[in-house]
Amino acid sequence: MSTPAEATIDEICVVACAEAFRGDGEILCNPIGTVPIVGGRLARATFEPDLVYTDTVSVLPANNFPVGDPDAPKVVESWVPYRTVFDIVWSGKRHVMMGASQIDQWGNQNIAAIGDFRQPKAQLLGLRGAPGNLINHTTSYWVPNHSTRSFVTSVDVVSGPGYDRMRELGAPGNRYHEVRRVVSNLGVFDFQTDDNRMRIASIHPGVTVEQVVEATAFELAGTDDAAETRLPTDEELRLIREVLDPGGARKAEFR
Amino acid sequence: MRGRFWARAIVAAMVDKRMTEDEVVSELKDGMTIGIGGWGSRRKPMSLVRAMLRSDLKDLTVVAYGGPDIGLLCAAGKLRRAVYGFVSLDSIPLEPHFRQARQSGAIEFTELDEGAFYLGLMAAAHRVPFYPTRAGLGSDMLTMNPELRTVTSPYDDGEELVAIPAFRLDAALIHMNRADAAGNGQFLGPDLYFDDLFAMAADKTYLSTEKIVPTENLLDEGPVHTLRIPRIFTDGVVEAPRGAHFTECPPDYGRDEAFQREYAATARDPEAWEAFRSTYLDAPSHAEYLKALEARS
Repeated sequence: MSTPAEATIDEICVVACAEAFRGDGEILCNPIGTVPIVGGRLARATFEPDLVYTDTVSVLPANNFPVGDPDAPKVVESWVPYRTVFDIVWSGKRHVMMGASQIDQWGNQNIAAIGDFRQPKAQLLGLRGAPGNLINHTTSYWVPNHSTRSFVTSVDVVSGPGYDRMRELGAPGNRYHEVRRVVSNLGVFDFQTDDNRMRIASIHPGVTVEQVVEATAFELAGTDDAAETRLPTDEELRLIREVLDPGGARKAEFR
Repeated sequence: MRGRFWARAIVAAMVDKRMTEDEVVSELKDGMTIGIGGWGSRRKPMSLVRAMLRSDLKDLTVVAYGGPDIGLLCAAGKLRRAVYGFVSLDSIPLEPHFRQARQSGAIEFTELDEGAFYLGLMAAAHRVPFYPTRAGLGSDMLTMNPELRTVTSPYDDGEELVAIPAFRLDAALIHMNRADAAGNGQFLGPDLYFDDLFAMAADKTYLSTEKIVPTENLLDEGPVHTLRIPRIFTDGVVEAPRGAHFTECPPDYGRDEAFQREYAATARDPEAWEAFRSTYLDAPSHAEYLKALEARS
């Protein structure tokens, strides 16, 4: 029988990702990346049962199924080809959790390119769906390698716009924008400050505020009274280890 | 009996649009804007793409949810511009030949939000100049594409939105699981992607298919709502079994991941690229390509 004390960092991060979806109710939970995917499935399997969940290959499975197993049996509750996914984005009934190669203090995200986008030093994934996601519905981020290279003073390309861009845009265009949470391997961050600057919501057990500050290129709010990220419960650990990710695929995102 | 007789009589009267890959490519011209259906490394009309690679075509603009189609055309120096929502091999997140072309500045590019890209296709299909969307407001999509304009709602809300222009296409290439000789296309997999919009957005649409079947057999393998490409939007039909290889084409076959890895590795190694090119891309026909594949295993 596992106990919370045995939880490892990947499991703590899975639970922190799951927590980002708390309170979302009956919407499309759309995490991208293994840790967020296990987190999203965990949220639905526990405290957020009304979420619907995409397998990213055009169906919504209603059952809990493991990551990394294309042959896992699925109970299909609906069909969502990509065209329908875009329709759902525009309807607002979606919360996406994306990665970020770079993120700044306002929550601007870059997954597009490093350097000048006209001829980049490094072409990354591109804008992908980030511009449409951010302007239409709630977004969170997962950054498994928290450092001054990923938490930067200024991103090279804004794929997903943050709060300074939204202030500039103004109402009504900005009304559906929300960057809910940023989960990294060091802590959990949000924008619950007067001017929507990034703040420490909690730091993971075993991590110090100094470590987080040192790994962040900009000034973080909330350094004085940082809470500790909660540990997984026994039931959450069981679900992660035995049901949702028995192969341990989540661990590969920590290097 | 009488109904059946009439059905056959009508089918028999339908136009026969069968052609070869090379005949399709002979109708394309330098500088054209060509849409390619599918999504990433999924159900791409690869036998038609290879025929383009073998041709003298140049200065093309390709519009696609890109995969190895855009990658190969970049590697072969066929592209002037790529217009895309992304360029990915799915199991390899970024197309390596496309990455190289972007980093060396070899191609011009129009990079759009994935959903905005859908609206550009739909605008072209519906013959309107643009569709409005919120996607792009506040992001660098507008910085990267200074030709994009915004539009103000004419209603009381007065909201400012991005006007995604129509991607009118000179030609579109799509791959279907089944089709008849008249160009009615059928998808049997989990997603049509945007192939119907590509077909409607283009002046000429060429459809390759795993198998040409008699019209009266189109419902043998899938229900009526899999018949999403009506022949009024197609101009040519090419029978190409395994025509989407190495991209996936379920339920006929999955992605050839080993082959895709070999292809991806050629982006880092000019010698490997030359070997890959002479073995697979220079095969003078799809039939010869299939023989080269057979020799692999």
